[in-house]
Amino acid sequence: MLIAALRKELLLQWRTRGQFMAVFVFGAAALLLFSFAIGPDASALRTFSAGFLWLGLLLSSTLTLAESFHAEMENRALEGLLLLPSDPRALYYAKAIANWLQLAILGVALVPVMVVLYDAGTMRLWTLLLVIALGTAGLSAPGTLYAAMTAQLKAKQTLLPLLLFPLIVPALLASVKATSYVILGDPMGQARPWIVLLGAFDLIYWSLCGLLYGRVVED
Amino acid sequence: MRKSNGHKGYGFIAFGAALLLFGSYRGLFIAPPEQYMRDVQRIMYVHVPTAWNWMLVVLFSLFCAIAFLFRNNMKWDSRLEAGLEVGALMAFLLCCQGSIWAKPTWGVWWDWDPRLTSTAVLLFATLGILALRNFVEDPMKRATWSAVATIIASVDLPIIYFSVKWWNSLHQEQSTPQTVSSPFHLPLRVNAFGVLFLVIGFIMLRTRIAAARLERDLAEPRTQIGEEARELA
Repeated sequence: MLIAALRKELLLQWRTRGQFMAVFVFGAAALLLFSFAIGPDASALRTFSAGFLWLGLLLSSTLTLAESFHAEMENRALEGLLLLPSDPRALYYAKAIANWLQLAILGVALVPVMVVLYDAGTMRLWTLLLVIALGTAGLSAPGTLYAAMTAQLKAKQTLLPLLLFPLIVPALLASVKATSYVILGDPMGQARPWIVLLGAFDLIYWSLCGLLYGRVVED
Repeated sequence: MRKSNGHKGYGFIAFGAALLLFGSYRGLFIAPPEQYMRDVQRIMYVHVPTAWNWMLVVLFSLFCAIAFLFRNNMKWDSRLEAGLEVGALMAFLLCCQGSIWAKPTWGVWWDWDPRLTSTAVLLFATLGILALRNFVEDPMKRATWSAVATIIASVDLPIIYFSVKWWNSLHQEQSTPQTVSSPFHLPLRVNAFGVLFLVIGFIMLRTRIAAARLERDLAEPRTQIGEEARELA
């Protein structure tokens, strides 16, 4: 069931890939604008590059997450899906994994933009990839759950960030710290505890949100 | 029965206010000034009791949320609404009192200390849940969703606390009767109970209001149809 639901989500995302491009452009534009907030100070931009990358990703994520339940809201498709003889948790995990993949790809796509704009290159690409994967997983799990609530409401574009932003503070903090160490150099191995914290955050929210999802969509 | 509860709420508030007045009088005029921070330290007599009781209110909200998800009884939703609102008020007060104390002591209004930051973050999380409640019309959905959001936010509190603690720290050791010398005990304890009774009273009254609103919401469709029927007649 999880596989079938995941296939449906990925197919949906593939068919709306134009929207993904738009979100990527939004994220890149945000990265460009952040540099105007600091001014043309190359060393300051490099210092803050990790924070800007994650803020850009966070702002973009509210767009993709809010839209991710768009198809389910049409013609009461969500109710139809819930009538299937399967666990609603499979629907949640499929949606969350699809959102995670989308955000992770977005994060990877924004890295070259960051490198060019802020001169923030790094050779530790695998660690960076790991941090992006764990960080976007932390955004996606609670984000998907809250998107399931707010998609049914009129003020979804306002409410989703309002609910999500305070919650993901630890994930944001840990991602920014770890990315920062990857970019600026990490002689003391300080990135490691932040990556562990990020992993713990993911573990807690991927299990807790899956547990609670059934109650959110029930009628 | 609800009515008698309301009267009890006023009683708790009056008793709490009296304790708070007595404790604050002792704290402001009788207790000696602190050795290094002088009179600025006296804000501790309201700050620390607010912080203790805020933790209790957060636990109370979490308990109401869990109880609602297991029992599906709307009275837990009314209590949760009261707990969230009183909790938001107290978190706001904590941030204000903290800033007032921090300016003369640390020289800044705001500091990225774990307790201050997690209080502010949880304040925003609570405000988010309260905003969500405003937009959901179906009472059952509203109750379930706010219970779910409350549980998720409460689980986050310790994680926020420890992540910010690793990130940056400056807050002084938290004050308990063990870390505070004895002349400060009486006002601190009296005020802690004063705030506790105030909070209990507020939550009781607010729960009553929430329950009354819920009753009205559930009754509304009937009266609307009644009015339309009257217009047609």
